[in-house]
Amino acid sequence: MAGRLFDKIWDRHLVASPAGEPPLLYIDMHLVHEVTSPQAFEGIELAGRKVRRPDLTVATMDHDVPTVGLDKPIADPLAAEQIARLRRNAQVHGVTLYPLGSIEQGIVHVIGPQLGLTQPGMTIVCGDSHTSTHGAFGTLAFGIGTSEVEHVLATQTLRQAKPQAMAVTVDGELGPGITAKDLVLGIIRALGTGGGVGSVIEYRGPAVRALSMQGRMTVCNMSIEGGARAGMIAPDDTTFAFLEGRPHSPQGKLWEQALDDWRGLATDPGAEFDREIRVDASALRPAVTWGTNPAQSVTIDDVVPDPGSLSTPALRQAAERALAYMDLRPGTAIRDIGVDAVFIGSCTNGRLEDLRAAAEVVRGRKVSPRVRALVVPGSARVKAEAEAEGLDRVLTDAGFEWRSAGCSMCLGMNGDILAPGERSASTSNRNFEGRQGPGGRTHLVSPAVAAATAVAGHFTLPGDL
Amino acid sequence: MPGVQRIAGRAVALDRRDVDTDQIIPASWLKRVERTGFAAGLFGAWRADPGFVLNRPGAAEARVLVAGSNFGCGSSREHAVWALQDFGFQAVVAPSFGDIFRNNSVAAGLVPAVVSEPSAARLFAALAADPDAEVVVDVAARTVAIGSARLLEPFELADYARWRLLEGLDDIALTLRHEQEISAFEAARPAWLPSLAGRGG
Repeated sequence: MAGRLFDKIWDRHLVASPAGEPPLLYIDMHLVHEVTSPQAFEGIELAGRKVRRPDLTVATMDHDVPTVGLDKPIADPLAAEQIARLRRNAQVHGVTLYPLGSIEQGIVHVIGPQLGLTQPGMTIVCGDSHTSTHGAFGTLAFGIGTSEVEHVLATQTLRQAKPQAMAVTVDGELGPGITAKDLVLGIIRALGTGGGVGSVIEYRGPAVRALSMQGRMTVCNMSIEGGARAGMIAPDDTTFAFLEGRPHSPQGKLWEQALDDWRGLATDPGAEFDREIRVDASALRPAVTWGTNPAQSVTIDDVVPDPGSLSTPALRQAAERALAYMDLRPGTAIRDIGVDAVFIGSCTNGRLEDLRAAAEVVRGRKVSPRVRALVVPGSARVKAEAEAEGLDRVLTDAGFEWRSAGCSMCLGMNGDILAPGERSASTSNRNFEGRQGPGGRTHLVSPAVAAATAVAGHFTLPGDL
Repeated sequence: MPGVQRIAGRAVALDRRDVDTDQIIPASWLKRVERTGFAAGLFGAWRADPGFVLNRPGAAEARVLVAGSNFGCGSSREHAVWALQDFGFQAVVAPSFGDIFRNNSVAAGLVPAVVSEPSAARLFAALAADPDAEVVVDVAARTVAIGSARLLEPFELADYARWRLLEGLDDIALTLRHEQEISAFEAARPAWLPSLAGRGG
């Protein structure tokens, strides 16, 4: 039978399939951060258990770390306690930790690929829903809760009912200036916010093949916003070129062995999926969300939709609630919506390629005086690389604040937040109510649109400046 | 974790779809390092509205939450489950759940009961007519009932999840019965796979 990428990885990680129980899946790498792990470490200690494979566990600090004033003590006592707890847990259990101040510190989904810890054919989990990012490498990667974090710490396995396999095939070619972010927002618009529940998505087709690894990570990252358990893309020469020579990538003979194995992972011709949707890349335009979930988006050329035009009462009710929260009226042109803040960063769009795209747009220009604009690199290394290219100068000359690495305003745990009623153009992944601060209003966009919007003060394209 | 057989009590009807875990427990609450103490944060922003369903008299005694489809989507935070439990909820009834939220619920002992859309509509209608009606969630029988409205609706819950909830079992202890298989699997893993061994903590 023709096999799918998902099944090939699933099958090779089955440790046991006891009758009447979900199968036990081996986990190749467990990523840990400060927010969803303290209760899990406490749990194994209370039960007198150990971390089974500290060598397959790696920790960093990202969710509530400050992005300014790193030379001073952390001002928030709760965040300071959580960070101290991770330090203590890593030390006691022998887990490698990349703490604040380390060149390898950063958003957990940025540092895994950067270190070469994310490789094709692996299973990767983390107490964070955007773990789907790693699927860009042909990896089965998904988010888990704290009880499951504890389970993986203690057993290096997870009990999982097998999800369904869905194909999202992207035909055609993305137009000039249309990015991976616009693609994934278009996919989620087609899928709906719960359309992927119970499924692992494989992204396929020529437009996906043409994406860089950074673009593929952006697409897989947001799989969870369509409800999917994970997203994945078959590894190819683009993947292998990205991985070669990274600190944890195999070397010499092992690299050759790994390559042989990885080349066999792609879904075989003729394999069938439980469900398939098709998206035409050439029809996509830059996307802007108007509502309070990532499926509620239109293109920048559109107007705010009329809830009455939606297909079901539940969708209409949700749209009415969203527009009330967002303080938007149907029929308003997206380009006429002004913003107070621009955030460029996150595990979705906080990599070097994203910062380059933003810098390119604002080079020689100034951020609108009504806009507060923030760039938060996804990792300390991304920050250093951007500085080596002079991107920090371009961005700060334009009026952006240049911060240190972390999740920052994507979820507003560290004090980088919107004031109530403020509106942002954000390169992050969630426009939920209050996501960037209580009462804040978030519009998700690509880095290029975010940068152009910072200059204009309202939604705009780089070409309109 | 104690087992849960039958849950009986008032219900809160939250007739909204796509309720994300950021709404269930806002991020500012995630700085806690404990598993308890989240009740005051449950639906933190929405509770500022005096008309919100959790603010109606009797809600504090509720044991069952009835919600719209895709409940618990978004962030993986298990704190959302802990907050619902701290408030007093023992079951959530909805047409569908976010996958991670559903797993987290079973792990923590909160019953995620999946009903059909028509069943959910009947439950919402019955609770609109009588907000104080007693709702009974029977985990063994996989039914949710409102006796006063003569409603008995079946719900879906995987056999293994049902067993774990009924018995209050520790998942890790169950898995460690497969210790030999785990060790055998580990011995056969390919040599190129990454490891942090020797990198220091």
